[in-house]
Amino acid sequence: MKLKQLEGILGGLQQFSNPKVELEQYPTGPHIASRMLYTAENSFGDVTDKVVADFGCGCGTLGVAAALLDAERVIGIDIDSQSLEIASLNAEELELDMDYIQCDIKDLGLRAEVVDTVVMNPPFGTRKKGADMDFLSVALKIASQAVYSLHKTSTRDHVKRAALQHFNASSAEVICELRYDVPQLYKFHKKREVDIAVDLWRFVPKSI
Amino acid sequence: MRLLTHNMLSSNIKGVTNGFPLRIEIEKVVEKQVDFNADFLRNMFPKIEWKALVGAALTLGYVELPEEVEPSRLDSEDFLRKFHHALLELHLEEGALVCPETGRRFPVSKGIPNMLLHEDEV
Repeated sequence: MKLKQLEGILGGLQQFSNPKVELEQYPTGPHIASRMLYTAENSFGDVTDKVVADFGCGCGTLGVAAALLDAERVIGIDIDSQSLEIASLNAEELELDMDYIQCDIKDLGLRAEVVDTVVMNPPFGTRKKGADMDFLSVALKIASQAVYSLHKTSTRDHVKRAALQHFNASSAEVICELRYDVPQLYKFHKKREVDIAVDLWRFVPKSI
Repeated sequence: MRLLTHNMLSSNIKGVTNGFPLRIEIEKVVEKQVDFNADFLRNMFPKIEWKALVGAALTLGYVELPEEVEPSRLDSEDFLRKFHHALLELHLEEGALVCPETGRRFPVSKGIPNMLLHEDEV
């Protein structure tokens, strides 16, 4: 599948109808999501025929992208049942077959080894400090092959240090810097739309 | 919920040391057909906790899986088809997963296990 085609399909997905600010529910835009998964597959071979988990899947954009790129199995995990419902409708609409688990990522009891690749757009930790690092820590325990994640560019040094020194990553590389357009979803947003700089990361866990 | 998911999930309640495998309580089981991919199954086999899969499949009423598997069985399409069916086509649609240590029930609704913990469990 071509990148443009992937982006087009993701653009048609249903997004949060009543986003919950405490969970930092922001949709992952089709531009970012398509590039994330396209790169994961075409540069690194981390998607097709793999078991992919989408952490904090929300409406399932990243998971759907993985399924469209022929991941053998995709598991979406989110704390919020309404999000999981939208995610499963999105998958159904495209006749994709995905699995879901309702769980807080930091409490997730998932055996390592089976999941090859974790993809995620974690909460950036602006509401709940450290939420993004909780996600990364668990992702690096569970993925056997690679973790793809988005983090604010302003936290780059911190993310790298945490991944390599505390979360057992053998490598942590910024693949590219992207603009994350945050639409005016919540009342406290003063501007109609703002762009923030985010890094697309690829982390490799140490082999067990 | 597929048995593949069941084979990965454990109870992560604070203090629980052996939360795997979760016991299964059944209200409704469904079967959904999935494309057969022998390479994927061979690759997956060593990562699966076999005993847990056999037990879960039995609970769901599927009795075709052998208790022990010789590596040579992975060449047999007949075996792989059974493995495929148990791992990917059987779904617990409604029911619960039960922590083997504490008996805490995690409900499964519309095929989605709810593994959220209470405040005093984390």
